[in-house]
Amino acid sequence: MNQPAESLMEYQDRDGAEMLRVRDLHAFYGESHILHGVDFDVKRGELVTLLGRNGAGRSTTLKAIMNMVGRRTGSIMINGTETLGMPAHRIPRLGIGYCPEERGIFASLDVEENLLLPPTVRSGGMSIDEIYEMFPNLYERRRSQGTRLSGGEQQMLAMARILRTGARLLLLDEITEGLAPVIVQALGQVLVKLKERGMTIVLVEQNFRFAAPLADRHFVMDHGLIVEEISAAELPSKREHLHTLLGV
Amino acid sequence: MTMIFGVPLAVFMGQLLLGLINGAFYALLSLGLAVIFGLLKIVNFAHGAMYMLGAFAALLGMRYLGINYWAALLLAPLVVGLFGMLLERIMLRRIAHLDHLYGLLLTFGLALIFEGTLVNFFGVSGARYPTPEALQGGFQTGFMFLPTYRAWVLVAAIVVCFFTWYMIERTRLGAYLRAGTENPALMQAFGVNVPLLITLTYGFGVALAAFAGVLAAPLYPVSPTMGSNLLIVVFAVVVIGGMGSILGAVLTGLGMGLIEGLTKVYYPEAANTVIFLVMILVLLTRPAGLFGKEA
Amino acid sequence: MSATQTLTPSMKRQRRADMRRNVFYLVLIGIGLVAPFVAYPVFLMKVLCFALFACAFNLLLGYAGLLSFGHAAFLATGGYITGYLLASYPALTPELGIIAGTLAAVALGAVFGALSIRRQGIYFAMVTLALAQLVFFVYVQSPFTGGEDGLHGVPRGDLFGVISLRNNLAMYYFVFAIFLFGFAVIQRAVHSPYGQVLKAIRENEPRAISLGYNVDAYKLVAFILSAGLAGLAGSTKTVVFQLASLTDAHWHMSGEVILMTLLGGVGTLFGPVVGAGIVVSLQHLLAQSPLGNWVGPILGVIFVICVLSFRSGIVGEILKSYSKNFK
Repeated sequence: MNQPAESLMEYQDRDGAEMLRVRDLHAFYGESHILHGVDFDVKRGELVTLLGRNGAGRSTTLKAIMNMVGRRTGSIMINGTETLGMPAHRIPRLGIGYCPEERGIFASLDVEENLLLPPTVRSGGMSIDEIYEMFPNLYERRRSQGTRLSGGEQQMLAMARILRTGARLLLLDEITEGLAPVIVQALGQVLVKLKERGMTIVLVEQNFRFAAPLADRHFVMDHGLIVEEISAAELPSKREHLHTLLGV
Repeated sequence: MTMIFGVPLAVFMGQLLLGLINGAFYALLSLGLAVIFGLLKIVNFAHGAMYMLGAFAALLGMRYLGINYWAALLLAPLVVGLFGMLLERIMLRRIAHLDHLYGLLLTFGLALIFEGTLVNFFGVSGARYPTPEALQGGFQTGFMFLPTYRAWVLVAAIVVCFFTWYMIERTRLGAYLRAGTENPALMQAFGVNVPLLITLTYGFGVALAAFAGVLAAPLYPVSPTMGSNLLIVVFAVVVIGGMGSILGAVLTGLGMGLIEGLTKVYYPEAANTVIFLVMILVLLTRPAGLFGKEA
Repeated sequence: MSATQTLTPSMKRQRRADMRRNVFYLVLIGIGLVAPFVAYPVFLMKVLCFALFACAFNLLLGYAGLLSFGHAAFLATGGYITGYLLASYPALTPELGIIAGTLAAVALGAVFGALSIRRQGIYFAMVTLALAQLVFFVYVQSPFTGGEDGLHGVPRGDLFGVISLRNNLAMYYFVFAIFLFGFAVIQRAVHSPYGQVLKAIRENEPRAISLGYNVDAYKLVAFILSAGLAGLAGSTKTVVFQLASLTDAHWHMSGEVILMTLLGGVGTLFGPVVGAGIVVSLQHLLAQSPLGNWVGPILGVIFVICVLSFRSGIVGEILKSYSKNFK
């Protein structure tokens, strides 16, 4: 089961090709027009953030990529495959892991069942032993009912779930929300490790101090559009500007 | 002769057994309803018709295709289950995004169609289905005569309920079903083909009903209306037990059957209505049902 | 508020709409008055009774948002109580008998409502179904209903002691008056402040609760009103046909009234009338044709079609196309 050398090889595929390419994405919840033409791309191995105020459309963008909203138009290419017309359950099979804002831990399953639930979408996912090594407190609570865990533990579980599937593109929605600083730090370390393994990560994050040191690029959203792109290098000089945009 | 509150033991036990048998049917049917309701959020008004179709499949299978009881136990649920999957795929799926009351209405319309059509071909009076040879007769226990077939029905029902429980609580597919009941959108985001899961679940639910129908065929006259009155009692059972749990559905079904049997011993006029009276009591005291999860 | 002489454009529009609606009602009343000279009065009376039944049901479903699957219980209760009283006490005049039957239905509605009103959606439907089934079994076993044979020999009697209702024409106008009364009650209720609150509850119950409305009380009132009017329909029907039977209490009847309302248009005032007219006519036509035994399945097919692609019903679709083409 454990072939570390091979899986490392597979993960460290950093030829800079586009993992995710979104063009002119419009999305609707019923009659409400939420996304007004989102354009951005993410290269393989990058970690990017979607920043912005509440209601800017960041979570909706992730949901739209997963086909969890209403009508969509535009183009969403994942690893070269156009996914706009795909049924929702086929999209994760392209190697995507989605971690929703509400975490979505199932109450009718215990921790281990929650962990094992999402089907494998790619080879090279972390084995369950590797997961328990990375998140030892999940091992201790593995027979507890999923929703009996603390907020931090549930967040760990939500992330661990998709790591097991072999997903290489991770869409993470507000993973630090409501968590103690110690846990937030631990999550930061997890993300660093994942980035080292070559995962591509899109982070929707309110906590800018958490996201800043991790990301290669930052996208700022407002009213359903990407209004600004700031690379890690530009960040120090554009800090003030960014704070204005975010209304901080 | 031992008496229990003025009634001979043999009579008492006999009625209790009959009640338990009825309870087995209530359990099987409310189990199917609960499974379907959990994932699809639809009250399957066609459930009684599916039970009836199962019995008819056995009857017609024997009449025209020479299929015996044992083969029917396997084939009838299969055929009805496939039929149910077809219905789900071409009709129920189209209204899945609407208020769930439409599902109730649609399945009600389907029940009208199935029952009315069969009434035209077979009339209302029931047809006889012979008890299979291996299960004929009975044996004397200390205090009553136990017909073999009825013992078989009880055993078969409990085994099937247990098998269903096991599948839902202990297998991966069951985990998909339980999680899908809680959050189908997230399951799709994990790559689980939830629409297919829904179709299979509906098929399984009605297959359970059809299985009950085959079990019922040697016991009761096989008539097109055999399902509809039973269904309403099962609805009451489901309200009493609460729609939440598998175990709850089974226990409530068996329990209500027993209560019905007891009532028949001491107060036969109320036997038809006692389950509804229990329902009223439960509604007043525990609105979510005995095993229910939400209010 | 602006000066009384000037009307804003929207007020003018509302006035025109009101006038159009009043003219519409007058025309319909006119049609109703001459109808018995064109069609069989007994058939028309049947349509009117079921139209009232459907309108009563629609008050609960279309305006309060509650699907009751047990309305047959009220139809039957009105019918049996009225039938029993009129048959047993020949001195009792028909209007008093009808009032008694209606009150019985109101009482039953209060009981059902108290038990079921806290549940929502599906659960509410199932509880009402089970309660109605309980009532059905009670009626099956009660001697006064005549069980499977039904309650026969209900006299038409003399209205107010003077007008003989044995004459179908006189009976018809009485039934028409009752229908207009019931319809008016519903119309007034819907357009009243009470009706506005009900609409708010239907559209967003949590919001209504947070505004301080006793939501359960409003729903209960709608339920009792609906039950009473359904009972009125049943009582009237019993006098027309001089008979009350278990068919009226069977859950198929509950299903039929749902179909009438759905077919005609849920949440429209006139939809249930149209739906009732169609269903009763259909049953009438089919009964006389070789398809007589297929009434059940055919109604089922209509049901299925309505749910799948025709959810606004006939009147609903008409209103939709009207607003699309004329707005």
